[in-house]
Amino acid sequence: MNDRWGELWEKSLRDLYVEAALRAIDDAGVDHIDSMYVACMSSGLFTGQEHVSSLLADYLGVAPIPAVRVESACASGGNALRLGWLEVASGASDLVLVGGVEKMTDVDGSQATLALAAASDFEWEAFNGVTFPGLYAMMARRHMHEFGTTPEQLAAASVKNHHNGTMNPVAQFQMEITVETVLNSVLVADPLHILDCSPVTDGAAAVILCPADQAKKFNSQPVKIAASAVATDAMALHSRESLVTIGSAKAAAEKAYKQAGVGPGEIDLAEVHDCFTISEICLVEDLGFTEKGKGGEFTESGATALDGRIPVNTSGGLKSKGHPVGATGVAQAIEVYKQLRGEAGKRQVKGAKRGLCHNMGGSGGTSAVHILEVM
Amino acid sequence: MTVARIWRERGRRYRLEAARCKGCGKVFFPGRLVCDKCGSREFEEIRLSDKGKILTYTVIRVPPPAHTYETPYAVAIVELEGGGRITAMVADCDPEKLEIGQNVRVVFRKISQDGEKGIKFYGYKVVPA
Repeated sequence: MNDRWGELWEKSLRDLYVEAALRAIDDAGVDHIDSMYVACMSSGLFTGQEHVSSLLADYLGVAPIPAVRVESACASGGNALRLGWLEVASGASDLVLVGGVEKMTDVDGSQATLALAAASDFEWEAFNGVTFPGLYAMMARRHMHEFGTTPEQLAAASVKNHHNGTMNPVAQFQMEITVETVLNSVLVADPLHILDCSPVTDGAAAVILCPADQAKKFNSQPVKIAASAVATDAMALHSRESLVTIGSAKAAAEKAYKQAGVGPGEIDLAEVHDCFTISEICLVEDLGFTEKGKGGEFTESGATALDGRIPVNTSGGLKSKGHPVGATGVAQAIEVYKQLRGEAGKRQVKGAKRGLCHNMGGSGGTSAVHILEVM
Repeated sequence: MTVARIWRERGRRYRLEAARCKGCGKVFFPGRLVCDKCGSREFEEIRLSDKGKILTYTVIRVPPPAHTYETPYAVAIVELEGGGRITAMVADCDPEKLEIGQNVRVVFRKISQDGEKGIKFYGYKVVPA
């Protein structure tokens, strides 16, 4: 990752990516890579640049290796991780770099809103004026209506994630907030306030994958990908069976738990896609950490805090760490990697042996779930 | 945007033309070539009702460029009588007074335009019934 995520006006898309990729290469101690996946949602709308797989292989000095860009909105990183994992598992390559990047602050806020709305069904959602926060706001309104979830319970996710972010030197916002601050912050799309929403962020993240039987050659304490699963769902929120269940998350988690041979009760910590507070509330339900409809109560009770039953978003999550959309899925894996190696500093979950990452695209059209374990 | 992009959706945006699967009866808006529920490729052309209920809604306060001048505005997911759901702006209303379950009617309205001198885009919005 970069030293710190945020509004990085002095750094271009290629600067961000190469910095993170070099750090991954140095950290792994590899002298070459065989192949590269670049997760990036919308370099075109954010910077006018496409074909970034070639650009970044060039600037990283690894051409002529094969490189491909992976795009599935905010789930690009998780999807790239799965493709890298499949390439190593297939035997085609031994050392694969999976990186993610987004340079979001080269356009103004209104253009960024438009670029992010492209992750919805453009013709039948965005065309009719709904923004990306607007879609999640409609999920939140319905969740409140069906289960009695309160604005305070939504805010509790944001407060907890900001608290965790104060202990993460990479985080964009390293400050404590309170439930009152969230509820008094400006409304973006009712009932979501700006402090219910993840920010616009510049940043990149990268990891190196290799076959498990070679990992100890490079690293005395490697981490294993025990499961890698991706699932899709109806693109438009209005076409979903339920407006309050993230079907792709349920489907991907079910596959991942089966692959790893574990259940939600055996997960020591989770990084989940809290692009908005309501998504964390739905996800703790849909990933099986609590019952459907209880996500608000569960979060408010402290069950997902660092010392809770299942610590969620120890990195600060998208809310506090920042959400450079293409990079997020890769950065989630880095947080779990650090936790499993006992390198997470003040935010360390004691004795963590197994962690889950959930990365989501659009309003739930794609979910990627990975389960990582100590080897 | 080109005129063609808007024109090809005229039946759906102006008349709510939709499709009902002949295999299982599921209603699609817009229509599709294959049913995601039963796999059938046979559809009957239908028009959605102009009456429905709000399933959920929000008030957009940070708009995309096309809607800067009408902010704040309400958007809802509406379930139409006889099947089919749409996401649409709620016009002619006090956004603070909307409710889940409220009855609405679909109306033909201007949605936005392509910059200051571009073509105007028309389509559907809903209003309190």
